[in-house]
Amino acid sequence: MTWPQILPLFVLGSSLVPGLIIFALPERSRNLRSTLNISGAILKLVLVVWMIWKSGEGVHYEFRAALLPGLDLVLRSGALALFFCGLSALLWLVTTVYAVGYLEDSPHRSRFFGYFSICVTATVGAALAGNLMTFLVFYELLTLSTYPLVVHRETDEARRAGRVYLAYTLVGGALATVGTLWLYKVTGTLEFAAGGTVAPFIDSHADTLTIIFVILVIGIGVKAALVPLHGWLPRAMIAPAPVSALLHAVAVVKVGAFGLMRIVFSIYGIDVAIRQGLAQGLAIVAAITILYGSLRALTQSNLKRLLAYSTVSQLSFVALGISLGSSIAATGGIVHLVHQGLMKITLFFAAGILAHTLGVREIRDMKGAGCRMPWTMAAFTLCAFGMIGVPPFAGFVTKWYVGVGAVDAGASWVVWLLVASSFLNAMYFLPILYNAWFDAPPTNWPKERTFPGAETSLVLLLPTLFTAAAAIAVGLFASIPYSPLEWAQLVTERQYSP
Amino acid sequence: LIVAPLAAAIIAFLAPRLAAGVAYINAVLMALAALGLLNAVADRPLTYALGDWGAPLGIDLYADSLTGVMVVATSLVILAVTFYARDYLARTGTGASFWPLTFFLHAALNGLFLSADVFNLYVTLELLSLSAVALVALGNETAAVAAALRYLLASLVASLAYLLGVAFLYHTYGVLDLSALADAASGGTTTWAALGLMTAGLAVKGALFPVHFWLPGAHSEAPTPVSALLSGLVVKAPFYVLLRLWLGPFHDAPQAVGDMLGLLGAAAIIWGSLQALRQQRLKMLVAYSTVAQIGYLFLLFPLTRAAGVLNAVTVFALAHALAKAAMFLAAGNILFCLGHDRIQELDRIAGRLPLTLAAFGIAGVCIMGLPPSGNFVAKWLLIEAAFESGAWGWAVVVIAGSLMSAAYVFRVVGHAFTPEHGFEGGVQITPSMDRVPFLISLLALLLGLIAAPLLEVIELPALAVGTAAVHAP
Repeated sequence: MTWPQILPLFVLGSSLVPGLIIFALPERSRNLRSTLNISGAILKLVLVVWMIWKSGEGVHYEFRAALLPGLDLVLRSGALALFFCGLSALLWLVTTVYAVGYLEDSPHRSRFFGYFSICVTATVGAALAGNLMTFLVFYELLTLSTYPLVVHRETDEARRAGRVYLAYTLVGGALATVGTLWLYKVTGTLEFAAGGTVAPFIDSHADTLTIIFVILVIGIGVKAALVPLHGWLPRAMIAPAPVSALLHAVAVVKVGAFGLMRIVFSIYGIDVAIRQGLAQGLAIVAAITILYGSLRALTQSNLKRLLAYSTVSQLSFVALGISLGSSIAATGGIVHLVHQGLMKITLFFAAGILAHTLGVREIRDMKGAGCRMPWTMAAFTLCAFGMIGVPPFAGFVTKWYVGVGAVDAGASWVVWLLVASSFLNAMYFLPILYNAWFDAPPTNWPKERTFPGAETSLVLLLPTLFTAAAAIAVGLFASIPYSPLEWAQLVTERQYSP
Repeated sequence: LIVAPLAAAIIAFLAPRLAAGVAYINAVLMALAALGLLNAVADRPLTYALGDWGAPLGIDLYADSLTGVMVVATSLVILAVTFYARDYLARTGTGASFWPLTFFLHAALNGLFLSADVFNLYVTLELLSLSAVALVALGNETAAVAAALRYLLASLVASLAYLLGVAFLYHTYGVLDLSALADAASGGTTTWAALGLMTAGLAVKGALFPVHFWLPGAHSEAPTPVSALLSGLVVKAPFYVLLRLWLGPFHDAPQAVGDMLGLLGAAAIIWGSLQALRQQRLKMLVAYSTVAQIGYLFLLFPLTRAAGVLNAVTVFALAHALAKAAMFLAAGNILFCLGHDRIQELDRIAGRLPLTLAAFGIAGVCIMGLPPSGNFVAKWLLIEAAFESGAWGWAVVVIAGSLMSAAYVFRVVGHAFTPEHGFEGGVQITPSMDRVPFLISLLALLLGLIAAPLLEVIELPALAVGTAAVHAP
């Protein structure tokens, strides 16, 4: 085994091994657990950055082991894989720091951080997967490792949410398995390749491949929370804030969106998907999801539930971008993986701080929160503007690219969709912001904790500010080298070049 | 492989105090021998004539890679149970006759897997059933004895049916050897009558739906180590016999019979899972899960034309043996610690028995057939075979069964995530009782990762061609 072959394994191991050790640790050994967690996260980030750096120099990382006769477990570094991998590694580190602070005194921390690490392992595994089979393996592992996180609160409501989550995702996983097997039977390969692998079969098996596409999109769209498969997501917000942040920004929904990308780009190929009308179907579903998610968000009274519906809506920009068939829109979709991730994780961090420090969970209790915690609410506000799509924030870049791409592809209805979505986003975010900044704070908060010298615990605040700053930076400096946008363009060029 | 456990049984019978020590030695030796056998038969089947008499007169032993895998599964489960049982027996005071009976069971299983003629299969099957019944009756309580009696009666009727079938075959062809029968068998009323009788008898013993009625009681009332043996291994033996018959004498049986067995298997999957969902007691749930899982094995029969289906079933048998043994041992720990196994009241165990519950969870993941477990590989191959035969229905059943098993497994595992009430009572279990189920559940989970090399060793040809292997020895 040479170094390039084994490095992807190390990337997985850097979170898996600490996770397994943490399970065995007693509840009280808090320092050791945090050290393990954070050093694992840093190691992973370093390894991923190293891999990205070397890939830029043309080194090709690939790990391959036989899983079944004719089917391998493949971990491979491609542009798209590393893009997602880098995002996961970075946000995992931030979230870990936040989670250590957030769960300071709560029970079952060993269990929590153990599954947390496995969850990230599964995400990175799915990111690096070199064929659909490997993706599926990590996809199922992700389902299993997030269930304990969703039910972590151990209340009846949490367990109900956990059951709903499992019902959705296990059925989705089963469908994805069937689709994968069927695809394998038709084409004889499951490898991901730029431009897709089904093109030679499309003439002889057009109908079959259409059905397989639908099965796969349903199976994986469950995690991407496409309407009407989104039912689990608003319920799952019952989980602790770091989990919601990770679930919404990096792990579950992103793996779903990433899986859709893999299906469209690496299995079917965008040309085939457009010619068969498959991508158009996906685009329509995505458009419906965008509107539906925003409309439902309008009526929510619980902050995290509102954010969850906002995720349902925002995430579909990824699906919409990749399925319009224009390289510019696809760039917008891919880069939205990062933009939405950074913005949404900040929003959830901020919501978590409100709940942790002030006991505020409902929107009506947020009056005057801006005066009490200006830094937190500033981060929240900036990212909310980003979500609405106000220039020059990150969300604007995405919408601009998707919109221009849509016009380019002759689908001008998308522009109206974008306007409507911005309008709806503004409708549900602006009242919150207004209340938070311009109303007088109540005399006493539902459940306040005080931290001398700061508005909240710094372990919570610093990650929030960091992600907020990153979210602004990727919007402001979108076109400097090595920015996510630049990278997304690189990814799409490879997909679209013959 | 047969003689050693028999010798151990006699020693254990004469000197009960040495029994546990002998058991350790025997289990380890057997595991090594079994792996040796699998390695030896990887390339070509082995035949061994006892006393050099040869097929028509003497007793032949025959081993191919299918045998090898089954013997390995047997020895692994028995190894685990041996390490588990010593503490369990010491703490529950279950009779000392456990060890000799287990040795007999082991000898019978190995004998059965190695048999090369239908009468020998009958003898070993009978020995197996009798020792299994006696083991169930070790449970001492009235319920256990009643379950054992029901098991005994079902088993005796089944044996008679099978024996009658053997008599028909012998009368018609004058040979009992499997490969000789395979050459001679030529259809006709008697042959099909024999097929019907033997299949029916084996279906009862193998607890195929709808004649599974004896299984849940027997498996759940038996002492925990016994439950693991029964569910993991004993129910697979009749299936193995049936498989041998279908590979040999009945290889050109009408497709309709195969379809019917497959339908019953599918019904077993659905019915067993539904019942498992409805159970109030943990061990009953696990027992019904066995009913469902046996159904998967029988899906082989309608798919015999597809390549790879035999591989699927072989891997499935091995993976299920490990996972189910882990599940029963874990369930036994819970029963032992709490003094009951009512699912409704499991809330407090998570804090007490984290490792046991982890074992149950991991075994559950295997039973669901999620990657990377061995069961996933098996189900993947099974669905692939179904696709290949163009028989969609079977694939749908496999998927539906997996989802239902997820539902009943999470019914139990969900209780790990309920608030604790500071529960301190209950009986302390020993470290070995805690660790053994965990280790075998891990083994079952990781089986999928070594599936590729394992399948290369097994490399069973498709059934339609597979008869050649039986002709050849």
